Amino acid sequence: MHIPDGYLGPLTYLSMFVVMIPIWLYAGHRVQKDLRSKQVPYLALGAAFSFVIMMFNVPIPGGSTGHAVGSALVGIILGPWAAIVTTSVALVIQCFVFGDGGVTAIGANCFNMGVVIPVIAYVTYRLISGKTELTSKRRLVAAAIAGYLSLTVAAGVAGFEMGIQPLLEHDANSLPLYMPYGLNVTVPAMLGEHIFFFSFVEAIITALGFAYIAKNNQSIFLDKPEEKTKTPVAATAK
Amino acid sequence: MEKNLKMVVVAMIVLIALVPVGLIASGTAFGEWGTDELEQAIGYVPAGLKSLSTVWQAPLPDYALPGQGDTILSQAPGYYISAIIGVAMAVAVMYLIAKVLIKK
Repeated sequence: MHIPDGYLGPLTYLSMFVVMIPIWLYAGHRVQKDLRSKQVPYLALGAAFSFVIMMFNVPIPGGSTGHAVGSALVGIILGPWAAIVTTSVALVIQCFVFGDGGVTAIGANCFNMGVVIPVIAYVTYRLISGKTELTSKRRLVAAAIAGYLSLTVAAGVAGFEMGIQPLLEHDANSLPLYMPYGLNVTVPAMLGEHIFFFSFVEAIITALGFAYIAKNNQSIFLDKPEEKTKTPVAATAK
Repeated sequence: MEKNLKMVVVAMIVLIALVPVGLIASGTAFGEWGTDELEQAIGYVPAGLKSLSTVWQAPLPDYALPGQGDTILSQAPGYYISAIIGVAMAVAVMYLIAKVLIKK
């Protein structure tokens, strides 16, 4: 899902930077407001997790490949605003050091993988898990569905950005200047690959990672259900 | 190191150790084709795409060392080095940003 340089024309890639700049600033503000110094090492590990999980390329029939992104898990644990920052850090390093994703496409790639995934994952997870215990089965299922859905939507958004290029940017002979395939190709291809393959990978790593953290390290969750209300209720009951 | 943090660091090290598994997939992801692959598929390279595609030369393109072979075995060292460099940079950059932002 790392759109390289050349696949998006200036209309699209500049717009995506314009969209991302206020999101980055607000995300930074929310990290400052919502998180504590105890969570700093986990933010660093969250960025590293996204970086390394994206190296696990999965082959699929037809010769294409893809991978999970890991930002659904980071979004569920540290919150979507923190995940926007951690995923963007991983994506910028992948771009400049390893040529994975274009420099001109940083805005678009950070939006698709860094914003769409954690925001959709977090909302889905919260809706499904309700007020259940952190270690409940329902939360595990919520995490898996959040991973699956969020990567799928992000793939659709990336497909849309690429697919509108022939409409937006072409020469006098209506020959495309950037991504040559239109929406009729890009959206079904991106959605299909993810619906049938890669989103399952995101679902599995989100659920596994969630189970691991919920078992070993509940204190780093941004929202811990029930904890605040339970103690006073128990205290008054006695 | 705090025990809980250690658990997460250990999980991260295990992930890095497993990273060559990602080399089994040898194809190109949709929409990430090089100009040569695109030319093969549609017979030409769109003009704007061609000029933008060389805008940045990464030091370690495709998580690979220069001159490595085609086998997973020959690609694994470069992939490990890339994973270690990338993880170290992600940790350092994110830690610095978080330290600047979070004061409480």
